Amino acid sequence: MKQRVLPGLSLSLGVTLFYAALIIALPVLALVFKAASLGPAAYWQIVTSERALASYRVTALSALAATVFNFFFGLALAWVLVRYRFPGRRLLDAVVDLPFALPTAVAGIALTTLFAPGGWFGHVLDPLGIRVAYTPLGIMLAMCFTSLPFIVRTVQPVLEELDPALEEAGQSLGASDREIFTRVILPLLAPSILAGLSLSFARSLGEFGAIIFIAGNQPMSTEITALLVFIRLEEYEYQAAAAIASVLLITAFVMLALTNILQRRALRYMQRG
Amino acid sequence: MPHSTRPARVGEGTGVRRTLIGFVLVISALLVVAPLCVIAVEAFSKGVGVFAATIAHPDTRSAILMTLATALIAVPVNTAFGLAAAWSITKFDFPGRSLLLILIEIPFSVSPIVAGVAYLFVYGMQGLFGPLLQDAGIKILFALPGIVLASMFVTAPFVARELIPLMQAQGRDLEEAATSLGASGWQTFRTVTLPNIKWALLYGVILCNARVMGEFGAVSIVSGNIRGQTNTLPLHIELLYHDYQTAGAFAAALILTVIAVFTIIAKVLLERRGAGRVRPIVATLGTAEAKDQP
Amino acid sequence: MKIALDHVVKTFNTFRAVHDVSLTVESGELVALLGPSGSGKTTLLRMVAGLEFPDDGHILFGGEDATLIPVRERGVGFVFQHYALFPHMTVADNIAFGMRTARAAKRSRAEISARVAELLRLVQLDGLGDRFPAQISGGQRQRVALARALAVDPKVLLLDEPFGALDANVRRDLRRWLREIHAELGITTLFVTHDQEEALDLADRVVILHQGKIVQQGTPRAVTRTPNSAFVMRFLGDTHRISARAQGGRVELGALTLDAPDVADGPAEIYVRPADLEWTRSGPGLAATVTRVIDRPGARRLQVLAGGDVLELDVAPEVEVAEGEAGQLRIVRSRIFAAS
Repeated sequence: MKQRVLPGLSLSLGVTLFYAALIIALPVLALVFKAASLGPAAYWQIVTSERALASYRVTALSALAATVFNFFFGLALAWVLVRYRFPGRRLLDAVVDLPFALPTAVAGIALTTLFAPGGWFGHVLDPLGIRVAYTPLGIMLAMCFTSLPFIVRTVQPVLEELDPALEEAGQSLGASDREIFTRVILPLLAPSILAGLSLSFARSLGEFGAIIFIAGNQPMSTEITALLVFIRLEEYEYQAAAAIASVLLITAFVMLALTNILQRRALRYMQRG
Repeated sequence: MPHSTRPARVGEGTGVRRTLIGFVLVISALLVVAPLCVIAVEAFSKGVGVFAATIAHPDTRSAILMTLATALIAVPVNTAFGLAAAWSITKFDFPGRSLLLILIEIPFSVSPIVAGVAYLFVYGMQGLFGPLLQDAGIKILFALPGIVLASMFVTAPFVARELIPLMQAQGRDLEEAATSLGASGWQTFRTVTLPNIKWALLYGVILCNARVMGEFGAVSIVSGNIRGQTNTLPLHIELLYHDYQTAGAFAAALILTVIAVFTIIAKVLLERRGAGRVRPIVATLGTAEAKDQP
Repeated sequence: MKIALDHVVKTFNTFRAVHDVSLTVESGELVALLGPSGSGKTTLLRMVAGLEFPDDGHILFGGEDATLIPVRERGVGFVFQHYALFPHMTVADNIAFGMRTARAAKRSRAEISARVAELLRLVQLDGLGDRFPAQISGGQRQRVALARALAVDPKVLLLDEPFGALDANVRRDLRRWLREIHAELGITTLFVTHDQEEALDLADRVVILHQGKIVQQGTPRAVTRTPNSAFVMRFLGDTHRISARAQGGRVELGALTLDAPDVADGPAEIYVRPADLEWTRSGPGLAATVTRVIDRPGARRLQVLAGGDVLELDVAPEVEVAEGEAGQLRIVRSRIFAAS
């Protein structure tokens, strides 16, 4: 029997493992089990059906677009919050967390109302021929909203810790601001940016509540994968729902693994510096 | 132009500065602040009377009660879990520690819809235990227990995520010191560990609560959406919205929005007391082998 | 309380931190565990404390097996490297902590505060009881940590790099002060350091560790005057190494012949400290040329070239010597080991 210095390992680890097994692992395994019970041929047919493929396409492309948007906006936001002092900075810092705290359904109806034809923004955009609500653009917008905090919150601490001497060294060597930014600062931020991007992308792939209100939910064009799962359930197509949900699950696992690897790398980078 | 005490850092030129600040302020206003405003405006668009009527309606009241009951169970349980997980992971070395961390992270990256479906296949009629539970007359799905379980899944990592980076950074010295001075395990936790993590713990609890109360996707699958019986507030909002009772939907949404705003205010206040930002938890796990390094 | 370690082994994953160590610390002794980083000294100390448990071997406290007694019941006072003061408690509450635990003998509030006041006086921090750890200096924190450890009336006092985080002046003061406290209380004390000066200055006996093993132990005088290996010689202070050959218990070096009775025939290494060398203009010695003269407050340091080796030695401030000058080196004392 190995002696431990601090007490409580068996109790705390016991509680943790029991809870994680019951609440997290059991349902995940049940879903995998259900999907696997279809058999390879039937499974493949369901997950590669035309409607499913279309849903992957619209989900992945919108998530990609939202992530690209958040790359620029999130980076700018983190930069502004760390580097500049201006009235309202603290408020802006707090506002960044709103998408994280606001229920997705609430965000969904609010964004829809804003961008619907006749809404605050809709009545401006509509005459210009830009339709947001009930189009793929709406899906992208909802994803932008819900995944906004991720890049800001992963980049911000790294940017705060960045040693000013690195920039001074760049200046002393005659580099322009642009050169220092692209060749010194950006490479140092890169691991945290990548980690933030993968978090943001993963979140967008799984988003449901904020999207279903603003997306048109038309099969083949504005139907996201999570909604297709929901629809299959309402049609009592349980195995089909399980199969398509398993695709989302596998994607989530891949993203989780990727995020972990990127975060480890980000940490190594920080320690080295 | 006055001389500054040091040369300008990158991006401190007035033009760059103004452009960037302007850019983020405008986008933030359009993307984040505008939705907040539209909720408040729409909630009262039909007058205070409609707002009050929505809030007072029995269906809304039952949805509020359902949401409160869910939070009242799920939040304490997830808090206990978060504390247990953080204590075991940060105070001990054992094989599979990183794996356990990833297991805890799963709900964070899985779509809530997947969570709902997964619970259906555990407790539903098509699931592992469904038939068994029905024979025993136990109702889990389409009732409070199912809603609570799904909410617990979705928010399981929240308290742990706040505590683990902090407790990892604090190390084990304080607990070892307390133990070397004769304190018992419970006493060490209560008098030494807890006072140093209380603000982060509180923030984790508040955030977990906000997410439990706002959970939509997973709950919409396991609740059955029975009006006046198994509707939580977010589901009730959806129902009203699709019934074209927009003002009512926004009135209900305003309740959750107020909770969200309070959550953020709490975060700002607690951060000043040292509660951390959301940081990657895996990244903060070092091994405790290098103890002999001075 | 006498402490004895008997064939203690500790491995972390695959890294063997402590490798079959046996050691006795007599009651009331003040012993330093000295070694470079990674030598296993902190692990050894933590095992004595009960903060780690050995994979093999025994630890005896006064003849009783304490190997697996948890730290809570072992009756040691441990001063942590970074002090581990509870940041949310005042200095007084930190010190009183051990007296208020469930295990501690019940004392009244008045007794505890009297004891805290007494300890504050002992560590010369009267009047700072209401401060928080963040509000006092590093040296003061160190003393609070010591007072806190002493508050539980430990049978053994263990200190992990007690002065590691402090600047040189504070270190020197605290060293003298710790020596006085030890003389006053007479508690068996074991401390870990990587600083030879600190170990030699403070300890009755120095235990030198290298790669998880004890390489030498003895009084400061014994280990400094008769180091038993090249490692100890080098670790304890500035050393020059001169390569030579041993033949029949002697080593020839230029015109010099040095006795090396215990060294086997073959390549050997002569170790000398700067103070072991003397500069003369003539007479038997090692031919050398001065390459540089560095004037220091107490002496003149000469850098010389002798037989291809660059050596350093000190001469009195009055000695007139210039760069480029040739002369002889006398080796007053040296240690000779077979080349490894």
